[in-house]
Amino acid sequence: MQLWLIPVLPLAGFLINGLFGRRFSKGAVNAVAIGSVALSFAWVLKTILALSPLAGAYSEHYFTWIRSGIVNIGCDLAVDRLTIVMLLVVTGVGAVIHVYSIGYMAHEGGYYRFFAFLNLFMFFMLVLVLASNYLVMFVGWEGVGLCSYLLIGFYFDKKFATDAGNKAFIVNRIGDFGFSLAMFYMVKNFGSLDFATVFKQAPGAPEATLTIIGLLLMLGACGKSAQLPLYVWLPDAMAGPTPVSALIHAATMVTAGVYMTARSWAIYAHAPAAAETVAIIGIATAFFAATIGLAQNDIKKVFAYSTVSQLGYMFLGVGCGAFSAGIYHLVTHAFFKALLFLGAGSVIHALSGEQDLRNMGGLRKKTPWTFWTMMCAAVAIAGVPPFAGFFSKDAILLAAHHYAPWMYWLGTITAGMTAFYVFRAMFLAFFGEYRGHEHPHESPPVMLVPLAVLALLSIGGGFALNVPEFLGTAGGEEDRALMAISTAAGVMGIALAWLMYVAKPGMADSFAASMRGLYTLVYNKYFVDEIYGAAVVNPLVGGSRAVLWKGVDVGLIDGAANGVGARARNIGSVLRLMQSGNIRSYATWVLFGSVVLIVALGIAGGLR
Amino acid sequence: MTEVPISWFLTLSAVLFVLGVAGFVFRRSVVTVFMSIELMLNAVNLSFVTFSYQLQQVNGHLFAFFVMVVAAAEAAVGLAIILTVFKNRATLNIDDVDSMKN
Repeated sequence: MQLWLIPVLPLAGFLINGLFGRRFSKGAVNAVAIGSVALSFAWVLKTILALSPLAGAYSEHYFTWIRSGIVNIGCDLAVDRLTIVMLLVVTGVGAVIHVYSIGYMAHEGGYYRFFAFLNLFMFFMLVLVLASNYLVMFVGWEGVGLCSYLLIGFYFDKKFATDAGNKAFIVNRIGDFGFSLAMFYMVKNFGSLDFATVFKQAPGAPEATLTIIGLLLMLGACGKSAQLPLYVWLPDAMAGPTPVSALIHAATMVTAGVYMTARSWAIYAHAPAAAETVAIIGIATAFFAATIGLAQNDIKKVFAYSTVSQLGYMFLGVGCGAFSAGIYHLVTHAFFKALLFLGAGSVIHALSGEQDLRNMGGLRKKTPWTFWTMMCAAVAIAGVPPFAGFFSKDAILLAAHHYAPWMYWLGTITAGMTAFYVFRAMFLAFFGEYRGHEHPHESPPVMLVPLAVLALLSIGGGFALNVPEFLGTAGGEEDRALMAISTAAGVMGIALAWLMYVAKPGMADSFAASMRGLYTLVYNKYFVDEIYGAAVVNPLVGGSRAVLWKGVDVGLIDGAANGVGARARNIGSVLRLMQSGNIRSYATWVLFGSVVLIVALGIAGGLR
Repeated sequence: MTEVPISWFLTLSAVLFVLGVAGFVFRRSVVTVFMSIELMLNAVNLSFVTFSYQLQQVNGHLFAFFVMVVAAAEAAVGLAIILTVFKNRATLNIDDVDSMKN
């Protein structure tokens, strides 16, 4: 079935654009970049048709990668229903965002570089999704991290962008450390990294082993999917171009951790403690990030914290054992969050780079298409039926209620806050009077068509695509009361946002003023960055400077190297005196030397 | 007829060698230095031949011949160098021929 074509097509696009793109016209760059992704999407569709109905997994073996002792790791790709869902999201949403990028990046430098990186990202993401063992998955996992780094730091002449790229890369190292340890542990206990082999052995393994593996994998997922306590890189990652935020930092890459956890559900199913930790981290992240999102003024930051929060929902679903609900939310979230970001990009584009909500307002009439499409996404994320987010969020909350009712209630409160902050952003941007100085203009059609496509998916993606049923694990029976409560929470959030930002515009400020301490705390993101800086970064930097640099490097290593050199110079300056150029003095040295030699031999050999 | 003792030959050899060393070290004329080298070589030759006789082996004779051949070649080359140096510098004082220094 040539599964390898799916990732290799974008790789070819990357190579062509990366090597020759500088000399291409923009049209040629577009054709290569979008063509390769579109072909990849087409090949996914063909694969689905050919393998339908795909009850089990279909895998292909290409070559043996590593064979050493008991370890035998092949370069294998596999497709099952979970992979199909991910493939469709990645290539489908990816293709749409590629098209959008034509418009968004039209006036930016490094046009070909942007598309080359985007294609490279598609390659690694597809490898991650298609992998049939953990090591190949890890290749994709690291590769998407690399592309994330490259694209966050796309504006490499701006210090905050490169800093944000470094931060993302370094924070992810912590998670990847956990992932690698989990793999070592799997090799030690199961002798294999193949999904099929590991999952077959998992039920018989001791629970402690599975718990350790589950927790280590979770650490990896927390890094990649921006969960507590490693979420700090994602809000900063908004320094990259907006299509990157939509594709990598909302729709696909950050969901890799959720995908990996769902993929490993056979392990978590037999390690309830690890699964519970996943659920707790998920709900805590969802709640925590949502509170931060309430007070942000940068439109992309609002959506970034919203992404962290929604990823927390997915973790909650997976941790509660409803992995299909988590994947369901992953899919719908890919639609509406990509749409929110692309819409935000359209707004930013319209305002020539303005991102501060306080300088927007009244854009509803200036950019109607952007407004209406974004509104679809906002309603979807608020969980209003029958939009996409309602179904998936409801599936997760239902599972959470089965698992632990307090998680359901916290999740419902979070849903209300989600609706509030998203609509706060919408109302601040699109309603009221225009507060900025630029002249807003609607974006070109090449940006609006992708918005429209994603808007349709945000509206219909919920009831048209029943992901849990496709994955073969339809959830428990519906609970209309719970459904009504969570929907009511969303609607109340919207209503409150309307009241505070449209009906009585001064109310928000007076409310913030009346709770100054809390507001400052939330506005400054609970000072988490500062705490990490004081607790981790500064001690590390200071210690490296004082001990590793000034002590070890300068003192020990440089000292040793310079010491050897200085010693050699000193000896040389003494020995130099012997080289007088006077032949007779040389002869005297020879004589002296031979006398010494004879005496030494005489002593050593014993004079006879 | 009594044989001359071995030690006499060796002593003579040592005396000649020390004379050669002394001449090499203390004399300044290139020609004298050159002759001192020949003296040392021949002192060594003498001890070779002596030991060869003592041990009833031919190796020492062979060494002596080798040394003579090398000494002849060295004399040819050395004298040629001395002539050239004298032509260029008009001196045979060995301390003045130190342009390799620095």
